[in-house]
Amino acid sequence: MKKLIKNGTVYYQGAFSPKDILIEDDKVAAIKDRIDEPADEVYEAQGKYVFPGFVDLHCHLRDPGQTYKEDIVTGTKAAAKGGFTTICAMPNTEPVVDNIASVEYLERRAKDLGFCKVRVIGAITKHLEGKEISEMATMQEGGIVAVSDDGHCVQNAKLMLNCMKYAGNFGLPVIIHAEDYNLAGKGQIHSGKIATQLGLSTIPPLAEEVIIARDIMLAENTKCRLHIAHVSSAYALELIRQAKDKGLPVTCEVTPHHLTLNEEACVKFDTNTKCKPPLRSEKDRLALLEALKSGLIDCIATDHAPHADYEKELEFDRAPFGINGFEAAFASLFTLLVDKGYLTLERLIDALTAAPAKVLGLKAGVIEEGLPADLTVADLKETITLTAENMLSKSKNTPWLNIPLKGKIVTTFCDGKITWQAETQNG
Amino acid sequence: MQQDFNFINRCLFDLDDYSAEEIMYILEAAKGMKEINLREYKKIPTLRGKTVCTLFVENSTRTRMSFELAANRLSADVVSFQESISAIQKGESLQDTVYTLNAMGIDLYVIRHSSPGSPQLVHKYSKKPVINAGDGRHAHPTQALLDIFSIWEKMGSLQGLKITIVGDILNSRVVRSNLIGMKKLGAQVTVCGPRTLMPGQMEEVYGCKVEYDLKTALKDADCVMGLRMQLERQTEGLFPSLEEYTKHYVLSKDTIKWAKKDALIMHPGPMNRGVEILPEIADSSQSIITEQVANGVAVRMALLFLILGGKA
Repeated sequence: MKKLIKNGTVYYQGAFSPKDILIEDDKVAAIKDRIDEPADEVYEAQGKYVFPGFVDLHCHLRDPGQTYKEDIVTGTKAAAKGGFTTICAMPNTEPVVDNIASVEYLERRAKDLGFCKVRVIGAITKHLEGKEISEMATMQEGGIVAVSDDGHCVQNAKLMLNCMKYAGNFGLPVIIHAEDYNLAGKGQIHSGKIATQLGLSTIPPLAEEVIIARDIMLAENTKCRLHIAHVSSAYALELIRQAKDKGLPVTCEVTPHHLTLNEEACVKFDTNTKCKPPLRSEKDRLALLEALKSGLIDCIATDHAPHADYEKELEFDRAPFGINGFEAAFASLFTLLVDKGYLTLERLIDALTAAPAKVLGLKAGVIEEGLPADLTVADLKETITLTAENMLSKSKNTPWLNIPLKGKIVTTFCDGKITWQAETQNG
Repeated sequence: MQQDFNFINRCLFDLDDYSAEEIMYILEAAKGMKEINLREYKKIPTLRGKTVCTLFVENSTRTRMSFELAANRLSADVVSFQESISAIQKGESLQDTVYTLNAMGIDLYVIRHSSPGSPQLVHKYSKKPVINAGDGRHAHPTQALLDIFSIWEKMGSLQGLKITIVGDILNSRVVRSNLIGMKKLGAQVTVCGPRTLMPGQMEEVYGCKVEYDLKTALKDADCVMGLRMQLERQTEGLFPSLEEYTKHYVLSKDTIKWAKKDALIMHPGPMNRGVEILPEIADSSQSIITEQVANGVAVRMALLFLILGGKA
């Protein structure tokens, strides 16, 4: 089976140029300025952009155990619609992914469905309780690509030291959700002027920064690979810069919402803006953007965190934390950052593809002859408007609901198969 | 000069939704209501047939009674929903509670809730006018209106007045609403308390002054308001003891000397005598603390009257 993608503007070897791409079965067979070879199907990409399939290091599929929020079917379909072809699932499900059986369940289900490649992240500690080290090495045999207690944070520094020593022993990267529980307390939003105005209790940047500082020191001590999830504050970036300057094995990611929104988004008590870490000040947001440009921040990850309507339809301080990420990620970043001239399209695509793949050493994120045909085709002139009806995720908790955004993912190919195809010009 | 304001079916989430002129209009209306409260028969038929629901998801006897008296005196029917005996305790969501109440034909909701923003939710679900009777640490606009009414009644105007509020600023919804309202009417407000009980960026958000020293804060004050200091802040690690707090921040004969002579003494209640305020001050001739309570009923009558469109 041969498919030919004609006349697209292709992100190839770090730059955009007009190319044709020949797909043979699940692989890219050729990429050239012009290919005239006969194919079973020809995909006309004139006027459209062709990117490597997006890679997401951070998402919550809620399967097993919380399938009323999302399941592996709706989650991977939503990911495909967002242009993703490889996603990494966090282990905070019920039961927790702290054992090889859970790892194998997810891998097998995702493979059977085929909407998106799912890589599994195992728990650092059993049941995410921060008490005992999980069976990381056994889970690694099942295919995990990293360990994380995401959503939770190991508070005990001695235990974290041992976890990092142990993970380092097996070459497993440790991904941290940095949050000091005492400093964060029952906080709801960033400790800025909106919190003062709304009378909501706060999660200060310090809650994140003291753990990042601690774990950078532990990484230096253990030589363990440390990846810092959803970094949100200017001072946290300063800590990461120091670590990188020292040559420590530290990387970090930022979410689309921390790049595009600030604390002001919470002013109407919209629970779809409630997330951890919270949306911070404009000064922090601008620092994140600068760090993404300079490469201090390695990549973008969605932290796709679906929650059911009735969970979010509550008083602000009673609603759960989390933002639905897959379907709005590209369009929100393109509209607010690239289209307005704050970020190049090249860096955005790099941060969604090759850069995240590099962080965890995944074989993904580039278009190259002989590699899997994971491709995302976008029309940057078209707009999309996410609605409760057209979202594929089971949950609709995005601050971009009903807001038109530019940059539409038209088609997604995963292993040469179409996993998402926009129905009409505007659909 | 008489301007026409439309209050019908409006919500009162906080004072930022109301202009200085509208606040003055409410105060004038409250003045009229206060006269009714001084009559032997304290009732007018103006809201007959209207139903007011006092939805108190957080307990407060005083505020609820004040609202219910206000509604009764205007002849509205009042139903009361209290947390301790309600379905919310059994796990019903606010949304379902409001849908249920709405089906019974409520015309206006008065809500007290520990969660900031919950009055907005009640309005979203009910599409009825909602008066915020205190939402967490966020806002308590009727308390602010009655405080402002009390000052206005004594001083004639708030323009240029220096008002100092002392105590647990961090946890006070009364302060936040007062800062908005008093500033609109031209007062200069200073807030004072220990740094652990002061929210960040107060100057930027409210255009007020922040002082940590009581003497500096009280200098030239025309009006001094104490706030309730709660013992639970001690266990939260925000201050070491009530004794030490009192030593630095109590309103007493000695400390009130730092303010202007005859400065008004206020307190939103309930008071902790001996903690944030001494009886010698609370019961002095300068104190208008009990008048504040009386004015509360009048202000709430005025609001219900204006929002439900009572006939004068």
